[in-house]
Amino acid sequence: MGLMDRHAIIEKNATLLLVGSLLVVTVGGIVEIAPLFYLDNTIEKVEGMRPYSPLELVGRNIYVREGCYLCHSQMIRPFRDEVERYGHYSLAAESMYDHPFQWGSKRTGPDLARVGDRYSNVWHVEHLADPRSVVPESIMPSYAFLKDAPIEVKDFSTHLVANSRVGVPYNDDMIAHANVDLMAQADPNADTSGLEARYPKAKIGDFDGNPQQVTEMDALVAYLQMLGTLVDFKNYDEAAGYR
Amino acid sequence: MKFGTQIFALGLFTFAALVAAGFGVDEPFRQHMWVLFFVLLGFVAILIRTANFEMAAPIDPSAYMDGPIRYGAIATMFWGVVGMLVGVVIALQLAYPDLNIQPWFNFGRLRPLHTSGVVFAFGGNALLCTSLYVVQRTCRARLFGGDLAWFVFWGYQLFIVMAATGYLLGITESREYAEPEWYVDIWLTIVWVAYLILFLGTIFKRKEPHIYVANWFYLSFIVTIAMLHVVNNLSMPASFMGSKSYSAFSGVQDALTQWWYGHNAVGFFLTAGFLGMMYYFVPKQANRPVYSYRLSIIHFWAIIFLYIWAGPHHLHYTALPDWAQTLGMVFSIMLWMPSWGGMINGLMTLSGAWDKLRTDPIIRMMVMAIAFYGMSTFEGPMMSIKAVNSLSHYTDWTIGHVHSGALGWVGMISFGAIYYMVPKLWNRQRLYSLRLVTWHFWLATLGIVVYAAVMWVSGVMQGLMWREYDEQGFLVYSFAETVAAMHPYYVMRAIGGAMYLSGALIMAWNITMTILGYQREEEPMPGSVPALQPAE
Repeated sequence: MGLMDRHAIIEKNATLLLVGSLLVVTVGGIVEIAPLFYLDNTIEKVEGMRPYSPLELVGRNIYVREGCYLCHSQMIRPFRDEVERYGHYSLAAESMYDHPFQWGSKRTGPDLARVGDRYSNVWHVEHLADPRSVVPESIMPSYAFLKDAPIEVKDFSTHLVANSRVGVPYNDDMIAHANVDLMAQADPNADTSGLEARYPKAKIGDFDGNPQQVTEMDALVAYLQMLGTLVDFKNYDEAAGYR
Repeated sequence: MKFGTQIFALGLFTFAALVAAGFGVDEPFRQHMWVLFFVLLGFVAILIRTANFEMAAPIDPSAYMDGPIRYGAIATMFWGVVGMLVGVVIALQLAYPDLNIQPWFNFGRLRPLHTSGVVFAFGGNALLCTSLYVVQRTCRARLFGGDLAWFVFWGYQLFIVMAATGYLLGITESREYAEPEWYVDIWLTIVWVAYLILFLGTIFKRKEPHIYVANWFYLSFIVTIAMLHVVNNLSMPASFMGSKSYSAFSGVQDALTQWWYGHNAVGFFLTAGFLGMMYYFVPKQANRPVYSYRLSIIHFWAIIFLYIWAGPHHLHYTALPDWAQTLGMVFSIMLWMPSWGGMINGLMTLSGAWDKLRTDPIIRMMVMAIAFYGMSTFEGPMMSIKAVNSLSHYTDWTIGHVHSGALGWVGMISFGAIYYMVPKLWNRQRLYSLRLVTWHFWLATLGIVVYAAVMWVSGVMQGLMWREYDEQGFLVYSFAETVAAMHPYYVMRAIGGAMYLSGALIMAWNITMTILGYQREEEPMPGSVPALQPAE
C-alpha cells in the first residue's frame, strides 16, 4: 500500500482530516513563540524601565485609538542610517510593559521610538493640531480635536489593575493613586512628589498650553515626550544584550 | 410558531445592549452599544415581520440549502464595493491630506476599516458563501443544522458592522487585521465555532465516500483561523462595561504572536480558503478535472505546515531574537515551493481547455488570479530574505506586494467564483452580459498593474532615500523630503485603485441585472460561436 493510497484513509474520515490538519498547523507556533516566554536572553537586562504613569497610559491609549501605529513605527533597526536618524537601536526590554506592542509595520511618517525630549511641548501641540504649519511636507491628519477633549475616565485604576493582571508591575500604591496621579501630572500647581517617586523620569507640567483642563492633548504629548527616554544607555552592556 | 425562540433570545440581547449603552464606563463603548442596540432592534423587527403561526412547510432533505449562499453572494459584492471605496479614499488621503475629516474619518481610523472591509467583509463573505456552496455539491448533502447557516451568515454580518463602526469610534486593539476589541472578538468566536460545526456537520452527512480536495482547504482554513483568532486576541478588559482591553502578552512576545496571526491571516484566510475556491470553480468553469491528485495532496500538507512558521519575517532586524527571525526566513523561502505547487495544479487544470481563454472572460479572470498568486508567492519569499527586507520593510513595497496578492489573487478568484455561481443560484440561463465581464477583467488587471508597479517604484525609492549617504558621510535626505517625494506615486496609486473599484462597480451592475433576470442583447464573444462552414 503506497503512501498516496494511505492518504485515502484521511480523505474518507473528516475527524482524522480535522485533527491532522490542526496538529500540523500548531507545530510552527509552538516552536517559535513558546520559547520567547522562557528563554532568559529574549529580553535584555537594562536599568530604568518602569510601567507607564497613568497620564502616559491614557496618552498611549489615544495613540492606539487614533491608529498612529499605522504610519509610525516604534522600532529602530540596527542600521547605520536608522541609528543616526533616530538614535540607539530599540531593545526588546524597552517594550516589556507594552500591552499591546506598538512596533508598527510601516513608516509613512518617521519612527517615534525615541521621539521623547526631541521637540518642545509647544511644537508637539502645534504639530498635532496643524501638522503642515510646522512640517510643510507632512501628510499627517489634524488632531486638533484632542485639545478640546477633556479626559473622561470614571476610575482609571481599573486600567492599572488590568495591566497588572497581565504582568505589568503596578503596585498597590500606584493603583491607589491612579486617579490622583493622572490629574497631577498635567497640573503645574499639584504636589507631584509622590508621582515622581512612583514614576521616575516622568515629565510633569502643563503639556497643551491650557492649565485649566487636563485634555487628551496633554496625555498624548506626555506619552510622546517619554518615548525612548527611560533606559539609561550609559550603563547598557551591548555584548551582554546581544542575542 | 416559527422564530419564537429566536425573537425572544434576540430581544434579550437587544435589551442587554440598551443596558450597556446606559451603564458603559467610556463614551466610545456607550456609542458602540447604541449602534448594537439599533442593529439588533432592526433584526428583531425583521424577524417579527417574517414570523407566522402556521406550521412550517416540510423541508426536502435532498435539496441544497442555497438561501444563505444567495445572501452571501450579494453581501460579498456589497462589502467588496464598500471596502474598495474606502481603500480609494485613504489612498487619496495620503496624496491630499486635507481629505482627512477628524476625528472619525482620519486615516488612522479608516485604514483598519479598509483592511477589515476587504479581507473579512468581502473576502470573508466570499469564503462563507462559496464554502457552503461547494461543500453541499461535493458531498451531495444538504447543509447541516437547519437554520444554523442563517445564524452564521447574519452573525458574521453583525461582526462586520460592529468591527467597522468600532474603528470609526476609535475602538481598536491595534493588532493589524485583528483590531476589534474583546467583546466583538468573543462574538466572532461564537460565530466561527458555529461555522465550523456547520461545515464539518455537512461533511459528516456526505453521500460521497471521498472528501473533495476543496473541502480540505476550506476545513483547514476554518479550524486554523479559529486557533489564530483565539490566541492572538487574548486580552484583559479594564472593565466589563468598557471598550478598552490590554493584550495578554507584551512587547516581543506580543509582536510575534500578532505576526504569527497576521501572516497566517494571509496564509489561511486569504490563501488556503481561496485555494479551496480554486479547486472547485476552476475545474468547473474549464470543464476539466484537477490536473494532479498527488500534487494536491503534497501541496495541501506542505502549505499548511510551512505557512505557520513564516510570521517572524514581519519582524526582521527588530528586537525579536535572531534565531526566530532566521527560522521565519528559512520557512518563508521554503513556502515558495508548495505555493507554486498550487499554482501549477490550478493552471494545468486548463490543459486541453486553453482555447477557452479566448472565449470565456470568467476563465480569463481565474487564470489571471492564479498568475497573480504565483507572482506574489514568489515576491513574498524574496522579500522575506533579510537583506531584501532591510530595504523593503516599512516602505510601500510591502503595500504593493499585499495588493498584488489581494487584488490579483483573492479579488479575481472571488469575482470568477461569483460570476460562476450567480446564474446557477438564481436559475438564470446566463449572466446579464459577458462583455461587461471583459470590461471588468481589463479594468481590474490594468488597475493592479498600475498599483503594483507604482508601489514598487515608490517603495524601493523610499528605502534607498532613507539610507542614502553623501561622500562626506552625511544622510542626504531628511524624512520630510522622502515624504514629499512620494506624492506623485500616491496620486498614481489612487488611480490604479480607482480603476479596480470601477471594475467592481461594473460587476455589481452585471450581477444585479442577472439576479433581476435580465439578459443583455449583445454580440457573442469572438470565437465562442463556431464559424460557418463553407458549403460542400
